[in-house]
Amino acid sequence: MNYLSQIQTREIDLSNTDSIRHVRGESLFIDDVTLPEGVLYGYVYYSPIAHGKIQKLDFSSALKSEGVKGVFSAKDIPGENQIGGIVPDENLFAEDTVHFIGHPIALVVADSLIHAHDAVKKIKSEFKKLPAIFDPRQAAKKNELIVPPRTFEIGNIENAWSSCDYIVEDSIESGGQEHLYLETQGSVAIPIEGGGIKIISATQGPTAVQRTAARVLALPMHKVEVDVARLGGGFGGKEDQATPWAVMAALAAYKLNVAVKLVLPRQEDIRMTGKRHPYSSDFKIGLNKEGKILAYQATFYQNAGAAADLSPAILDRTLFHCTNSYFIPNVRATALSCRTNLPPFTAFRGFGGPQGMFVIESAIYKAAQIMGIDPSVIQKKNLLIEGDDFPYGQKVIQPHAEKCFYEIETRFNKNEIYRNVKEFNSENKLVKKGVAVMPVCFGISFTTTFLNQASALVHIYTDGSVNISTAAVEMGQGVNAKLRIIAAKSLSISEKRIKIDSTNTSRISNTSPTAASKGADLNGFAIIDACKILTERLRKVAAEELKTDSHSQIEIQDETIYKDGEKTDLTFDQLILTAYRNRISLTAQAHHSTPDIYFDTKTNKGKPFAYHVYGTAIVEVTLDCLRGTYQFDSVKVVHDFGGSIDKVVDLGQTEGGIAQGIGWMTMEELIWNGEGKLLTDALSTYKVPDVHFVPKEIKVHFLENVPNPFGPLNSKAVGEPPFMYGIGAYFALLNAMRAFKPDLEIKFSAPLTPEKVLLSLYS
Amino acid sequence: MIKFILNDQLVETSVLPTTVLLDFIRKEKKLTATKEGCREGDCGACTVLVGEVTGNRVKYKSVNSCLMPISDANAKHIVTVEGVSNSVLTPIQEAMVDEGGTQCGFCTPGFIVSMTGYFLNHDKFEIDKAVDSIGGNICRCTGYAGIKRALEKANVTFSGNGSQAKTHLEKLITNKFVPQYFRDIPKRLKQIPAIPTKVKSKVVIAGGTDLYVQKWEELVRSNVDFISADEKLKGIVKTKNRIRIGGAATIEEIKNSSLLQRIFPHWDEYFNLFGSMPIRNRATVGGNIVNASPIADTVNILLALDAVVHLRNGKKNREVALKNFYKGYKTLDKKPDEIIEAVSFNVPSKNFFFNFEKISKRTFLDIASVNSSIYLELTKGKISVVHISAGGVAPVPLYLAKTCKFLKTKSVNTETVLTAASISQTEISPISDARGSAEYKRLLLRQLIYAHFVKLFPEQIELPVPNTNERD
Repeated sequence: MNYLSQIQTREIDLSNTDSIRHVRGESLFIDDVTLPEGVLYGYVYYSPIAHGKIQKLDFSSALKSEGVKGVFSAKDIPGENQIGGIVPDENLFAEDTVHFIGHPIALVVADSLIHAHDAVKKIKSEFKKLPAIFDPRQAAKKNELIVPPRTFEIGNIENAWSSCDYIVEDSIESGGQEHLYLETQGSVAIPIEGGGIKIISATQGPTAVQRTAARVLALPMHKVEVDVARLGGGFGGKEDQATPWAVMAALAAYKLNVAVKLVLPRQEDIRMTGKRHPYSSDFKIGLNKEGKILAYQATFYQNAGAAADLSPAILDRTLFHCTNSYFIPNVRATALSCRTNLPPFTAFRGFGGPQGMFVIESAIYKAAQIMGIDPSVIQKKNLLIEGDDFPYGQKVIQPHAEKCFYEIETRFNKNEIYRNVKEFNSENKLVKKGVAVMPVCFGISFTTTFLNQASALVHIYTDGSVNISTAAVEMGQGVNAKLRIIAAKSLSISEKRIKIDSTNTSRISNTSPTAASKGADLNGFAIIDACKILTERLRKVAAEELKTDSHSQIEIQDETIYKDGEKTDLTFDQLILTAYRNRISLTAQAHHSTPDIYFDTKTNKGKPFAYHVYGTAIVEVTLDCLRGTYQFDSVKVVHDFGGSIDKVVDLGQTEGGIAQGIGWMTMEELIWNGEGKLLTDALSTYKVPDVHFVPKEIKVHFLENVPNPFGPLNSKAVGEPPFMYGIGAYFALLNAMRAFKPDLEIKFSAPLTPEKVLLSLYS
Repeated sequence: MIKFILNDQLVETSVLPTTVLLDFIRKEKKLTATKEGCREGDCGACTVLVGEVTGNRVKYKSVNSCLMPISDANAKHIVTVEGVSNSVLTPIQEAMVDEGGTQCGFCTPGFIVSMTGYFLNHDKFEIDKAVDSIGGNICRCTGYAGIKRALEKANVTFSGNGSQAKTHLEKLITNKFVPQYFRDIPKRLKQIPAIPTKVKSKVVIAGGTDLYVQKWEELVRSNVDFISADEKLKGIVKTKNRIRIGGAATIEEIKNSSLLQRIFPHWDEYFNLFGSMPIRNRATVGGNIVNASPIADTVNILLALDAVVHLRNGKKNREVALKNFYKGYKTLDKKPDEIIEAVSFNVPSKNFFFNFEKISKRTFLDIASVNSSIYLELTKGKISVVHISAGGVAPVPLYLAKTCKFLKTKSVNTETVLTAASISQTEISPISDARGSAEYKRLLLRQLIYAHFVKLFPEQIELPVPNTNERD
């Protein structure tokens, strides 16, 4: 009792808002972490050729170089030299064969980054070149497949063609995309007592780092602790591919028994890491006279790069989204993951979905061209309605595809926009406008069903402050802000009391990566469950304190305790102290798994998604036909956020996704030379949208009265779906080009750079 | 000894003068808000403000601290986000929070610095200029929408309050855009002596915006001389019928020169396309010339102005016509010990026409695929003087001699233009690279020559259009 009286209750304002720290420059990223005494710096030595045998590898000069403390390669690995997640086909360091330019061979560790880099330049090596493949179709021909081909099928495609009035076929290319997270990949590894390692990593998948480090170092997972405060952008690029750098740092730290920091310089990051998968695809679409799509066949050749990474899962999502927002009764879609000699391509916002959607939208565009109608006529006629089937067997329930599309017509006056564009074009010769509509339907859940789980650990301290740990990683998507709101509502207390702690494998075990737009959903539900447990306990304590028999008479609302609906004098702070004094646990842990989802990978049927997100965008562009340059005038969106938890966050995700999607479709171009060397490996050559490039106007309408029973607080996931509105930019631009050159030969090939535009206008 | 004020602290340091300012701020001073994003001046995560005394006030410029040698910080006020933060959020910070202008937070300090720089330098808010001030900052998360809203919102505070304040700075201090210590900075800076410039070493650094991209690891261990603070190399002046620009004049100074803006109506717009404001604040015309990049924008403009390069070696001076200055890829008619003292060109006659065109994958903050400038005088309806340059289509910044020769004495009409464009094709030898295929660059130059004339003589030129049939 004496001890208790010393605990003071006080006004708490922890200022735990990420955005406030960001604007003050107080948020710490990997490169900002205060380092232990004697920390060393790593620099990666990698393959200069796309495919070949390592014939000589001589580190002797490098080892003698100033400040060098060690050079580590495959032979220094105490455990397995294996980092593959889905398929064990990827080494941490190349052994006898290198498979792409940028394939890590060794890590040099020195007393400074410059000394480490100096030493890397002194490594002597010789390679025997082997034939290299960069084209996925060529890889497929040689049966260089990562996994066997996958096919989704519904209806009877063979019989369907005969009832079609129009059948259109074509081939189509979509380029890769560099993530260009502003914070490059990085980690700090610190040896801890008992032969363990603590890794501070900028990863979306803390457990992947932990599991892989344990595997490579031959340690039990409990000896590896991974801590993630935040990421300076992820977008999928740090789901699987933050792992190697963390594990390399861990290896060196473990071997030298000293802390090692490995942060990739920008150009090294772009050269060594995977990006969005380039795809090459074929389609065949069949429609009746009315524009109803009766049959759709597509083959996707995914350029997977040199190892599996997440490619098989990404391949699946291409198939899941190959029909976008449309019901098509007869579909056969086949996807091949093709092994090439490029860095392993990886997750990137949309996870294969955008590549699938670009193909169906191109098919619709081409069909519309042949039928002499606007693509939006076909789009509108085929939108998903209640009870339709997706090609993977899931029933469509509570779809908002039509609602969003109709609101584009009414709220944003689609017809007037089209009229104005036509009028503008009739008055201008060298400048043309184009407009296009882009509906989006995106399934929410990891399609790998077991990943749909998360847990939360909620502590209430005796001063009434709350600390929450979950598996969610904050990377700018605002998951911390959302989780705080969810926790505050669940406990019915002020947000000021709540801090969302770092993501740490010692506090939360077996985390699924923060990906698939599911961070807030899974972890939010886990928080709700944990808070329920705590609230139940607190109500019991209050019932006892307020001398009532049943805790069902107790309510906690806005930090006030009610008995039988009457406000009491018991404060929340007092209640917490009382609970502690009564030896009631103020900690709760809860685990959540998404209910009722399943998928049979043999039949490719099931219910893989908890729900779907819908929306429609209308995109307008102005094209300078003399110079081939363009400016997007506006993107107007009606989007289904469910009941939005945080409108500022959700709006930001939508606007940011649109900009990134337009970048992918137009300006962001990965160019490899004939040797497999990336030429656009710096910000001076790989261009992402800047403040001038983005649409002059982005208007986002939150679809009203659409609560989502499958999301926390009726919300919907938001991270990925808006990215695909960017696809509309491609077709708006194509329309502007056709306004200038009506007989334009249409070749579906993204990105539609100013170069491609100009060359096709004057070919 | 290098002395400067970092935020509110006086810094005296004897680190090597080539030390990268960003590294000094982060590693020596442990101020980690300023980030390393690319080390090539292309992302702006490392943006800081550099304040310099002019009269009784300090003028602030945004720069990329990843490309700035610490030597050039001497007697300057260097401002990072830590140095603008008060106990409460500044109106800019608050607006960025409220409007969703920050997501992952990595680029955010750079944005806050650039935005603060805008308000320090402008007493009247114009959204376009405010947006230009963040043209050098890349954000991968927000799509910039929230950031643009934040600029507008910060202006509401700025324009709404403090009209009774005596000076612009007082108004900003009253509204908490910057802390109180800014008030004493002019006085404090004046007490710091300048470092005399000298040219003795092999390597001479002016702005450093390219050298620090190419070889910063080498430079930070080298002995070099700095000339960007040399007053003798500064200035843009009109003497008789010539205009002379000092070799160390920055691109931003050239852009903002009222002398040049009066002569060339769209001068300011051309230079908006050159790098970004932080780059232009450091990059110099002399650097742009010696760098010898085939697509150098300023060189492109100067070629069409038939400029002359003034070289100096100790006391010996020499002049070379810019169009004869380039001998081959990155080879110059310049001895190792010569520096570019100035560049000069004739004041245009009364009946002149000028235009600059630049096409790059991204319109702003990008390197040209092809650029071209034209200078033209008409006498009695005929072309009497003409100079056209073309960048990105040869190993050197190109002067299109044959095309110019053809155009002389011709009258401006569609046929002349089409022929000139096709003659230009015989003078060029573009190669395929990350900025475009050779085929594209050829086509681009043709289009840019068309564009020059369409822009300058819209009534006289009717370009053939593929097919004007209206599509349904």
